[in-house]
Amino acid sequence: MHDGAEALRILVAQCRREARSIGIVGHDSKGFLDDAAGDVRLDTASHAGIVDYRPEELVVTARAGTPLAELTQALAERGQLLPFDPPRYGHAGTLGGAIASGLSGPARPWRGSVRDAVLGVEIVNGLGERLRFGGSVMKNVAGYDVSRLMVGARGRLGVILSASVRVAPRPPAEATLRLSCTAARASELCRRWARLPLPITATCWVDDVLHVRLSGSKAGIVSAQASMQLHETGDAAVWAQVRDHDHPFFAGDAPLTRLSLPRGNRFAAADVLLEWGGCQAWLRRAAHEAGAAQDGFATAFRGRRAQHEPLDGTAKYARRVQQAFDPEGVFNPGLAT
Amino acid sequence: MSNDAVLEQLRRCLPASSLITGEHAVRPFETDGLTAIRERPWAVALPDDVEQVRAVLRICRQNDVPVVTRGAGTGLSGGARPLRNGLLLAMTKMNRIKEVDLDACTATVEPGVTNLSISQAVRQHNLYYAPDPSSQIACSIGGNVAENSGGVHCLKYGLTVHNVLGLRIETFEGDELVLGSKCLEQAGLDWLAVMIGSEGMLGVVTEVTVKLLPLPEAKRVLLASFRAVQDAGDAVGAIIAAGIVPAGLEMMDSPAIRAAEDFAAAGYPRDAAAILLCELDGTEEEVEADARRMQAVLAAHRADVRVASDEAERERLWKGRKSAFPAMGRIAPDYYCMDGTIPRRALAEVLGAIAAFASEYQLRVANVFHAGDGNLHPLILYDANQPGELHRAEELGRRILGLCVQVGGTVTGEHGVGVEKLDPMCEQFTAAELAQFHRLKAALDPAGLMNPGKAIPTLAHCAELGGMHVHGGRLPHPELERL
Repeated sequence: MHDGAEALRILVAQCRREARSIGIVGHDSKGFLDDAAGDVRLDTASHAGIVDYRPEELVVTARAGTPLAELTQALAERGQLLPFDPPRYGHAGTLGGAIASGLSGPARPWRGSVRDAVLGVEIVNGLGERLRFGGSVMKNVAGYDVSRLMVGARGRLGVILSASVRVAPRPPAEATLRLSCTAARASELCRRWARLPLPITATCWVDDVLHVRLSGSKAGIVSAQASMQLHETGDAAVWAQVRDHDHPFFAGDAPLTRLSLPRGNRFAAADVLLEWGGCQAWLRRAAHEAGAAQDGFATAFRGRRAQHEPLDGTAKYARRVQQAFDPEGVFNPGLAT
Repeated sequence: MSNDAVLEQLRRCLPASSLITGEHAVRPFETDGLTAIRERPWAVALPDDVEQVRAVLRICRQNDVPVVTRGAGTGLSGGARPLRNGLLLAMTKMNRIKEVDLDACTATVEPGVTNLSISQAVRQHNLYYAPDPSSQIACSIGGNVAENSGGVHCLKYGLTVHNVLGLRIETFEGDELVLGSKCLEQAGLDWLAVMIGSEGMLGVVTEVTVKLLPLPEAKRVLLASFRAVQDAGDAVGAIIAAGIVPAGLEMMDSPAIRAAEDFAAAGYPRDAAAILLCELDGTEEEVEADARRMQAVLAAHRADVRVASDEAERERLWKGRKSAFPAMGRIAPDYYCMDGTIPRRALAEVLGAIAAFASEYQLRVANVFHAGDGNLHPLILYDANQPGELHRAEELGRRILGLCVQVGGTVTGEHGVGVEKLDPMCEQFTAAELAQFHRLKAALDPAGLMNPGKAIPTLAHCAELGGMHVHGGRLPHPELERL
């Protein structure tokens, strides 16, 4: 637990004055995704700890360098969880990194994404100013939604100092079921289930098995299991394995590509890992070989530097937004487009 | 170019019925839901399609004419208040539902489509659009996007920002931005978050793709009545702490209960100090389990609990809540609806303070609000015909919003800043934060002609105000030069 906010602000202001660039790093667990190199390394681990946690408000406020493990442990002790369940690659990762990368875990279509949960942030912008946006309340429309803009912005708009995020109650019961089937069948089942009020909180198809997680009351799970005709008990460990890329599917040096797919798509292939009710697929081939299948978009994840930035009509405005927060391009110059 | 010449250009790209000019003709557009503030626009354009929107924006850009975009005009903060020298771009004619995708569970609609008509259109497929502002019968989805509208179910289902997957935006510079898609994730920056809630300051929404949810299998409504407001406030926190996320959790205080009961005969207990209206939804089993837990929590907070026995009773209980606003019209000539959010734990404290402020200003306040997410809607009752009452009501409102900020909340939970809350924005944000907002605006609208003067106060405005409101001898924005 350490308050290093002012030191971080001073570092940014100093680098700006001296025209030196900054690479922002937390646990460096996602360094393979992005080249955050700069003249100076800004380490958010010096600014860590839970600032305020009130279970009855469903909100936790923590400093950027807070390890996800510490945060989720504190929530678990009070029967709560982070709804976006961010990946912990190499069993590491900080809250700041989770927000800056904007990656969400297996429950994303049902419990929401990182940005859905972010309620407020404190940042240092490229001018070396400490700014607060949003807050710790559920509904807040005062000013532009800068808090959510920070999610997935990969540190280019500022250093996240702390964030308030919405948490969710841990369900009273949970069950992981499995069904042996083809990818096409799994895709069809997911499409059908999306139209029904079912207590699904995760799906994953890999190696000819569809894994499904149901969460809620015991009675609700039993009844859903019957109507979905899922009879075989699975292994709940699969969810953390898929989330953290510890599953054998992710092993080895072959390129890894993430495919974002529209809801209700009919994408199916034997050699993929398909999660999020069919809306996210992982492929062990290069992004340019994945194609823009089914109106989705592919992102190179491992194996080569990612090309995250869409080169469409938004590019001009994205540059200007970046300049609005960081006029001199102090942050993460390795990511500049 | 002269005004007449600009009008002539507009006439050439719009059907005759889609361009309204003249003092008398533009009058229906002089205000939105914040009726105390009025201004007649120079002209009103009602485009039929995106081509016409583009043409209108091009002409305004070439002639430096400011543009105020308007949906159904139900906004409560004056966000769509026209400008005397500006064009009012009213989107109501663009009201087609373009596509319902049953596989993706999405609807793609034009901005003028009303909120409720989306749910009505997909009801037959057992789907609905979750955000349901009280004005849903009239308000447009484009307006919902501009304000990031909520409703009574947002604790569980989120705000507009959680339920919109894609947008098409026309920028003032003439670019069309296609933001989001039917995919869950966006590539690049979170443009949807930037646009949703931006009050028409960054671009014009021409298309919205919303997420549709399966209608819940079961719903149950519980009415809990309390003899002390403190108990009701505590019960709200206890329900959430118990791990229940109700679909709706609404609170009404004694003046609101009585007015609503007189108006709607909902069956509310007239002698209660406060009531909580709790709605649970989900599968039969979930609802059953949650209802049992909820009843135990409420009983522990000394509540009398009634469970609606059938659909008719459920609707009657909601009708009382939904008619709370018109009900106020019967007990006072005018009311001023506030909109602040506070942490739930401060509910009882803030309600007590509001009552104390009210007696100080010799005005009545009724509270009816979204307790589950701490979003207060104090209704300040006044009579505009009594000299000084409107002024006292506004002063009281400012005190209430100041208190919301003090306890860690915000000056607007869901109604937006518009022109109404420019002053309290100066209390909530520092000069550097406001300057950052202005730079973000300039990134999308360098000319500064999209809805100018709304949502974010200028630093000069705050400095001027700082001279009037001094808290504890500390000037807000001491870094600014005084006028």
